[in-house]
Amino acid sequence: MALVTPISRKPLSLVLPVVGAMGAFLGLFVGTSAGSGMTGVIAGAAIVMVLAFIYTQVLKSEPLAKWISRLGMAAAGFVFGGVPGLILGFLFGWLTAWFTFWMYEGRYRRHLLPYLTSGQVLWHYAFRVICGAIFVFLITPILVVMPLSFNAQDFFTFTPEMLRLDPDGYSLKHYADFFGLRSDSNGEWLRSFWNSLLIAPIATILSVSLGTLAAIGLSQSHVPAKRAIMAILISPMIVPLIISATGMFFFYSSMGNWMEDTLGLNKDLVGYIKVVLAHAVLGIPFVIITVTATLVGFDRSLTRAAANMGADPVTTFFRVQMPLILPGVISGGLFAFITSFDEVVVVMFIGSASQKTLPWQMFLGLREQISPTILAVATILVALSIALLITLEMLRRRSERLRGMSPS
Amino acid sequence: MTDTSAHQPMIDATGVPLKKSLARSLRREKIRALLLVSPLLLFVLLTFIFPIGSMLFRSVENDIVSNVLPRTVVELQNWDAKSGELPDEAVFAAFVADFVVAVEEKNHTRLGSRLNYESSGMSSLFRKSGRKVAEWNPETDGPFKDKLIAADKNWGNVETWAIIQTHSGKFTNGYFLNAVDMQRTPNGIEMQPENKQILIKLFLRTVKMSLIITGMCILLGYPVAWILANLPNRSANMLMILVLLPFWTSLLVRTSAWKVMLQNQGVINDVLVWLGMVADDARLEIINNQFGTIVAMTHILLPFMILPMYSVMQTIPPSYLRAAKSLGATNWTAFWRVYFPQSVPGIGAGSILVFILAIGYYITPEIVGGTDGVFISNRIAYHISSSLNWGLAAALGAILLAVVLVLYWAYDKIVGIDNVKLG
Repeated sequence: MALVTPISRKPLSLVLPVVGAMGAFLGLFVGTSAGSGMTGVIAGAAIVMVLAFIYTQVLKSEPLAKWISRLGMAAAGFVFGGVPGLILGFLFGWLTAWFTFWMYEGRYRRHLLPYLTSGQVLWHYAFRVICGAIFVFLITPILVVMPLSFNAQDFFTFTPEMLRLDPDGYSLKHYADFFGLRSDSNGEWLRSFWNSLLIAPIATILSVSLGTLAAIGLSQSHVPAKRAIMAILISPMIVPLIISATGMFFFYSSMGNWMEDTLGLNKDLVGYIKVVLAHAVLGIPFVIITVTATLVGFDRSLTRAAANMGADPVTTFFRVQMPLILPGVISGGLFAFITSFDEVVVVMFIGSASQKTLPWQMFLGLREQISPTILAVATILVALSIALLITLEMLRRRSERLRGMSPS
Repeated sequence: MTDTSAHQPMIDATGVPLKKSLARSLRREKIRALLLVSPLLLFVLLTFIFPIGSMLFRSVENDIVSNVLPRTVVELQNWDAKSGELPDEAVFAAFVADFVVAVEEKNHTRLGSRLNYESSGMSSLFRKSGRKVAEWNPETDGPFKDKLIAADKNWGNVETWAIIQTHSGKFTNGYFLNAVDMQRTPNGIEMQPENKQILIKLFLRTVKMSLIITGMCILLGYPVAWILANLPNRSANMLMILVLLPFWTSLLVRTSAWKVMLQNQGVINDVLVWLGMVADDARLEIINNQFGTIVAMTHILLPFMILPMYSVMQTIPPSYLRAAKSLGATNWTAFWRVYFPQSVPGIGAGSILVFILAIGYYITPEIVGGTDGVFISNRIAYHISSSLNWGLAAALGAILLAVVLVLYWAYDKIVGIDNVKLG
């Protein structure tokens, strides 16, 4: 919001209790880890209130108070808890000083409408805290696996060494197991990773090429039975995977037998063909949805203009239409890729052991013998999805630029 | 315009009446659209719709009895099971003739396991008798009635024959009856015995847990969607990453993360013990039960709720709320009477999507659900891969699919299937 509300210093009778409450909250954690929660709460509240009084009434210089707070708390933390204590102490000191002056100078009202009552201000920040908690719920499980994947032990939890930031508590051994570099690793992980990397791109190409064609057909102005066709093409996304998998299981086992016996194809090749076809079907709805969404904003007069200047339909498609809808096609392709790359139910039903993909191997790892290598795989896959997310965001901006909208 | 033009049809440049030429070009356009769509449509119909259709057909298909025992089935038609007497010699002779052929083709064990779904003990009866009957000659060794009963006394049991007769039809509703905890008996349709009634409970549990998960998603998703729609674009985009990253992260990664978090020796229990909120010997049981499934699936499906809500809330002008407040509404009234009704379409779209996805989930309940947190999908998978009772699996699948399709239809009516937004 552009408007800036005039702010004024707040009385200590408001600042000290609020700051004290924060101190009590921080004190709870320090206190319980040291043995007594209650002592922590009281001591935390008292210390922080005294500090706040000193910062605002005695020092009166904000930068000085901030540095004293950060360095002082960091030093105290180091004395009690070593390196992790140092880091925590620094953060606590930073937070205390920032929060004290944020309250004292009345900065919390700066971005709010001037006429809000105190109750409304309180609700505004309480709501933000609630939302923050939900974001924490969304992201924590993904963040937790990352440090755990460097665990030197075969545990699924933080060891005391890791919490002390001791280098001995960390190792790359789970990654070594994934890449088959350890003497006791069996190479299954890497093999299944290659299988995934082989199956997903082929399935993606198949669903993108057929899907784009169909999306262009569906976006024409007169399509008979458009709703029914659309419903059929979207259905692989809606039908529960277990039902799709069961249906495909019977269909592909008889089709596989036919290909092996009548066409005399190699058994492994047939296995791959079956999985690729099945994954291509599952990716199609995503291609259809994203490409039709892009085509909605496509200016039809461009194709007419191209035809007017003598281009045949094929040239028009590749030189005019394709470059404009390319962002939609690529993001549909990414969806199809991740669908296949992430799919486990269908491949377990129709594939054989030689088509074992990475998610399948993870599923076995989770259900049968819990192996910490899963955490290393998970971290690699999270990195992969971050890369996908960045690509998508760039595509979205490019698409908006192409259509003359300012990217948001 | 002269009068004559009203009577003569308008013609185009080549002299063809305009109406006809327009119709022709419209037809051409339709054909072109269909030609573009047809490769994919055929592909989906052939490798997706048809396989599912034929799988569903297995839920009523029952030709194994009449295929393996063709003569017996014909003879049994004249026998009244209610009379309490055994069938006559003709049935036994036909049965032995059929059975010898079946043993040669090794079909008798399959038939035995099929009938075993209806009455346990049939499988072993067929397997044991197979060995003895195989040595008989149907032409010369008769009469068979006493011989067969001597081979296994169960053949002297009216029940055995009544079951064969009951299930000799080409089609059956038996699997569907089994799927809702009923069974076909020679005396008509009855409920299964108490201790075998698990499937209705499982269906109800699946629906109940899906509803809880949908409710949790609404509760957690609404504030997040609201703040995303009302923050300035820059910060909203940054926070959007926190929603999209879980959305793009592999399902298996998220499920394993929850396994790590919720385990007995997992992160959550460790933190609670460290904070002294839970005693070390009384760690919380939060995995391998319904709680684990609900928490993990709420997390996994939450982005599917936030994204549709967000796209609806983006279209609600913030000035409406300010207008309501300036007219004297309190915060709550302004939200409840002005903002909330406009955001209902987003809640509806998100809820149906989340519910459809939740009700058919398999992977997550399998890994974090233990025994009492599993869904109907897990039962279907069990019947397909372990118990091999494919007919029952197909019937369960058909019921699940029917529920999902009704919701899909509702979704199409309310939101429109081509309005789905991804990412």
